[in-house]
Amino acid sequence: MNPTIPLKFVSSNRRVREDRRFVAGQGRYVADIALEGLLHVAVVPSQYPAARIVSINSIEAMKMPGVHYALTGEELAKAVDPLMNGLETPNVRRYPLAVGQVRYVGEWVVAVVAETRAQAEDAAEKVRVEYEPLPYVIDAEEALDPSSPPVHPPHGSNLLLDKTFVWGEVDKHFAESPRHLSFRVVWGRSSTVPIETFGVAAKWDPWREMLDVWASIQMPKYSDQIARSLRIPLNNVRVHQDVDVGGSYGVKRGIKQTVIVAHLARVLGRPVRLIEDRLDNMRAGDAHGPDRIFDVEVAFNDDGIVKSMKMRALDNVGAYAGRSPFQLGKPIGAIVGPYKIQSVQYRAIAVTSNKAAQEAVRGFGQAPTNYAIETAIDKVAAAVGLDRIEIRRRNFIRSDEFPYLIPSGTHYDSGDYHAVVAKVLAHADYEALKLERDALRAAGLCAGIGIAACLEPSGGNSSFEPLLNERNTTTTWMDSCRINVDGLGFVTATIHTTSAGQGHETLAATVIGEVLEIDPDLIRIVRPDTLSSLPSNSPVGSRMAIMLGGAAFHAAQKLKAKMMRLAAHQFGCAEKDVRYENGTISHQASNRKLAWTEHVNIAHRNFHLLPEGMEPGLEVTHVMQVPTGNKLPENGRVQMYPCHSFEFHLVLVAFDPQIGKPQIRRYVIGHDCGTVINPHIVKGMTLGGIAHGIGAALLEEFVYDAEGQMLTQSFMDYLLPSSHEVPHVEIVHHCTPSPFTVFGQKGSGESGYLGSPAAISGAINDAVASLGISFSKLPIRIAAISDAIAAVKAPEVKVRT
Amino acid sequence: MRGRPVKVRLSINGRLREADVEPRKSLLDTLREDFLLVGSHAGCEHGVCGACTVLIDGEPSRACLMFAVQADGYEITTIEGLAPAPGELSIVQDAFCETHGLQCGYCTPGMILTAHALLTHNDSPTRDDIVEAISGNICRCTGYGQIVEAVEFAADRLRKTNAPRHPEVAIADEPVRLAKSKAPRQGVLEAVQTDAPRGGRS
Repeated sequence: MNPTIPLKFVSSNRRVREDRRFVAGQGRYVADIALEGLLHVAVVPSQYPAARIVSINSIEAMKMPGVHYALTGEELAKAVDPLMNGLETPNVRRYPLAVGQVRYVGEWVVAVVAETRAQAEDAAEKVRVEYEPLPYVIDAEEALDPSSPPVHPPHGSNLLLDKTFVWGEVDKHFAESPRHLSFRVVWGRSSTVPIETFGVAAKWDPWREMLDVWASIQMPKYSDQIARSLRIPLNNVRVHQDVDVGGSYGVKRGIKQTVIVAHLARVLGRPVRLIEDRLDNMRAGDAHGPDRIFDVEVAFNDDGIVKSMKMRALDNVGAYAGRSPFQLGKPIGAIVGPYKIQSVQYRAIAVTSNKAAQEAVRGFGQAPTNYAIETAIDKVAAAVGLDRIEIRRRNFIRSDEFPYLIPSGTHYDSGDYHAVVAKVLAHADYEALKLERDALRAAGLCAGIGIAACLEPSGGNSSFEPLLNERNTTTTWMDSCRINVDGLGFVTATIHTTSAGQGHETLAATVIGEVLEIDPDLIRIVRPDTLSSLPSNSPVGSRMAIMLGGAAFHAAQKLKAKMMRLAAHQFGCAEKDVRYENGTISHQASNRKLAWTEHVNIAHRNFHLLPEGMEPGLEVTHVMQVPTGNKLPENGRVQMYPCHSFEFHLVLVAFDPQIGKPQIRRYVIGHDCGTVINPHIVKGMTLGGIAHGIGAALLEEFVYDAEGQMLTQSFMDYLLPSSHEVPHVEIVHHCTPSPFTVFGQKGSGESGYLGSPAAISGAINDAVASLGISFSKLPIRIAAISDAIAAVKAPEVKVRT
Repeated sequence: MRGRPVKVRLSINGRLREADVEPRKSLLDTLREDFLLVGSHAGCEHGVCGACTVLIDGEPSRACLMFAVQADGYEITTIEGLAPAPGELSIVQDAFCETHGLQCGYCTPGMILTAHALLTHNDSPTRDDIVEAISGNICRCTGYGQIVEAVEFAADRLRKTNAPRHPEVAIADEPVRLAKSKAPRQGVLEAVQTDAPRGGRS
């Protein structure tokens, strides 16, 4: 794109085209798919964290009205292959239903099929499962102990991954640095918990040998995994991608659910669906997020310059592995945050436990890591007596140092962290904010300011896979677009994934409209099923602005180039001498023009007028490789993601010391994700991400008790932020274009979430610092705050009484 | 417990509809399964998230916590009942598009019905009024910011609808909006008509 041409549509405040169908109640979600003869599944959950399945008796259940089948794990395991593991852990076998043994409370043991979901639930209650309880382990540190009961006995221990990376001269830097500090922080297990649970419907056509799947899915290589597990050719699996997904933020990865219904559809000869109810989803939807203990040590000097860091991250991935251990890998691509930390030792440990299985959650492990890094920076500031913003300024990478190579092998593309911070401070009036905090304190409240600066690696390739698993040689994570101009001149473009509210149709139309200089509203965007799709990897890793936007851009450029060649041939001139403007191509020297309709006619109807070798029609495709992602790791170093958005959070929190309920009185975020393609969409992502972060910081946690029972299974106990908890957020924009993308765009799908937990934690700790207490575990729930304050004030209370 | 299906007569979006449902069947399941009004969504099915919100005699109610047999005799409004005509949007629906007060759309029908009910009672809600009104509808995508903006925007438009319409305050319906677009339209992407009879260019 010629940067001198002003953008017509990109970055303008255009409406999001998807919104029209949703506000009318015309979204098409998986539960809305009506299939003739559809059967429904309800599952029988385990009540034990670990137990041997002695027997399963479904006789009474099968007698219930409308019941067709009761599928056990034993039967299913004979028909399908185990689900994919990301690491080479062949003895951590994962089947959709428990086989021989249950490994967490809520694990699915039997799938009951009936004419209606209600009948299936009635019958599920009649299934009798006899268990023999086994020893179990819930806590990550205990699971790490070799004497703990292994969740998968054939694997021999609970250790899935223990890998230490040393990037740079860590020992030397620690020895050279006059000051060190160390601490532990804990990121509690939470998730993004979409309001739509996971659901899937499958239909098998034995005459065509075709499995049709409709699912609320956001997962790379979904149909590959279905075909592998069911042992059928991939071209017998057709996933319909025109299903609207009711929120995902990473977690809609229901492969086990899909294998269950696909198998049942084949056995029963009827379409089958499984829509999780809220309990199914919370307990066993394979949708919990990171559950991580960080031990961090930093080496710094009296000026607060941090030279080196040692981080140990211990993640409790739950009963099965899947891809979740990789969430320890992605943060390697931004392991020093926005800071010039010269060397890092990083030890990533993943253990199994008798909790529910973990899956990808927004940021893929980056938000917890950012929380640990930002806590370190706050602690260094306190240790050397510096303002928390000043210390960040001193450690930030400067704008003239990009592309900046961090110790773990990633080049950061671009940024201007100092400028963003300056803008935020000016907007918020930092000095006034501090006075406001002090006034609140003088009025008897606990009040604190929180600060977080962090990166959002974006562009999502999968370099962490080969980094953590040497047998994995993945170096591409492509995305694609096809554009067709039909015989009447109308434009239709394709995207090859489901969407969960990210506005991909708007994105593709905006980009194609920009390149072709036509109104994006006139461009139809469709989602072919997977058999008609080009290679694509779904909206993960904040990648679609970069990757789908990039693919659409390059496809449109190819189309434009074809038209220009076609026109030049008509004019009898060189291609370089023609000019494309608003769909019309002209040749100045001969004063000839070819309008859009004329290109269309020639391409579709006049083969005799085409240049030699040109295919008829106006159809182009582009399969895009991730920018910068072209090498396997070497010596534990790799270029992780291509682009790095920056965010800077400034928060004022206050609460009554006796009640302890934090009120966020001011929330300002500075956000730089390069060129914004649709401002509405980026704003929504950022605000929504902050709301998720508020939940993770203050409210949301999947709590297990010592008996392995899950205490927060409903929305009565697992608390989601409502409009009361989420404050008005002020966004301060900055734009540092990425040199690696077509418009300079970076990712924004995980924005807000990556820094808000750290900022809120910082604010609460600032508020209670004068009491000599601090909080080192998220979420910091109301009760934790009031209890901790009461404990330090207890002597005072006694004196008074 | 299960029971023999009973007949219910429900007034939904101004139409009287009948169905035979089990007494234990929720209004939500009945709307979705018996009347194919799938714009009302199941989120938690225990009354917290508000995705199933419908209006019962104009008041937001949880369709997941109400049995269909209890709804007999009330005026039920679902999201499908808000648009004035096929392809058109109500002022509230259009305001949500204007501010992008949604992402995945799953909570949106409930949110819009809640906002619609608020604005029916109160044409000048404060920010606090709006926050209070929508606090029973959980949205995981937006962080509520653009939803609050949408309701404020809709309130403003609704207040102005009784005044004579000026172009600048007109509801930004599709024709008006497209006319404002700077993009070229003449000659670009108009159906190619010249060739139809002859199979070639004129």
